[in-house]
Amino acid sequence: MLWVDHMIRIRDDQDQAAFADLFDHFAPRVKGFLMKSGADASLAEECAQEVMATCWHKAHMFDPARASVATWIFTIARNRKIDVLRKQRRPEPEDLGWGPEDEPDQADVMALQQESEQLGRAISELPPAQRELIQKAYFGDLSHSEIADQTGLPLGTIKSRIRLALERLRHAMK
Amino acid sequence: MEQKIKHHLTDEVLMAYAAGTLPEAFNLMVATHVSLCDECRAAVESYDTLGGEVLDQTPGNDVSLTPGSFAATMALIAGGAPDTIRTTRGRDTVLPQPLLEYVGGGLDNVKWRSVGMGVKQAILPTSKDASARLLYIPAGMAMPDHGHHGTEMTMVLQGAFQDDDDYFARGDVEVANSDLHHTPVADIHEDCICLAVTDAPLRFEGLLPKIAQRFARI
Repeated sequence: MLWVDHMIRIRDDQDQAAFADLFDHFAPRVKGFLMKSGADASLAEECAQEVMATCWHKAHMFDPARASVATWIFTIARNRKIDVLRKQRRPEPEDLGWGPEDEPDQADVMALQQESEQLGRAISELPPAQRELIQKAYFGDLSHSEIADQTGLPLGTIKSRIRLALERLRHAMK
Repeated sequence: MEQKIKHHLTDEVLMAYAAGTLPEAFNLMVATHVSLCDECRAAVESYDTLGGEVLDQTPGNDVSLTPGSFAATMALIAGGAPDTIRTTRGRDTVLPQPLLEYVGGGLDNVKWRSVGMGVKQAILPTSKDASARLLYIPAGMAMPDHGHHGTEMTMVLQGAFQDDDDYFARGDVEVANSDLHHTPVADIHEDCICLAVTDAPLRFEGLLPKIAQRFARI
């Protein structure tokens, strides 16, 4: 499902119904993401609300030619995780200065959104073992060696599985 | 125009940056490298996209929100956007944007400390799980001979250095781990400035560097 129209309605019209839909879909996922990363339920809930509020407040900065809505919410949640759970700053790269000032090209928007969906399908079609490792790499504060400890798999196997999974994803994207 | 970057960060590191699981010093390295490297920037953005899809596929139905969660969020929104702290944003021909905040200004603001032999360093304030420093190595000078306990990444910001068969210029990153023993030498044409990050103390050979290491906190 494409969430871009919802974001545009939130951005342009402060549309609360569109925001409620977005909230119903993403807030539990963000909460789950933060719990898997080590937050207890109440902290994760509080952060998920802040993430969704940020999503509203920064709607004017959302650029559908650069990110899908899921990607954008993920980056907000990821940064919140670093702030709150790890109590660290997150240095960001120098901005390229491609802001959302100009209305983005519809063809760019479509291409980016379709590629993100393809990537999503490719992940869901991965063998479970590979999908699980990719999820672990994103959810937990787990290094590859810690993943090895948890799964009991030798480190080399994990690295090659992740590589294989990414190869499959790249292939699926072509 | 930037010179073509030949030595990049690994996919593993770029993915961990997107996932938000790296120590702060390594995040600083990635942000600095990506500021100069379009190729790695594209890779990071695709790992962000992967993160978005992983988030989207997290089962939402087995996590319940507390009743009134939506209303609480609307109340947060009604309270207005939190003030974002505007940090110093300037321009520097040597230090990319992410470093400016850690240095507190441009290259002129770096608080160098001498390490000996004309080599200088400035330790940057990051979380303790890994360290980041700027290194200043006079043209033609060899870095002290050393091996590594953990992972060390060195990125050139000015000048260049030669290590074994490889040449590292602005934007290039050398990734060294515990099995690499190396002696980088700064290019003769210009003093070399690097960003170096490590997750464990370096292992210097010989007594004298070991003593220096205590003082230098390398």
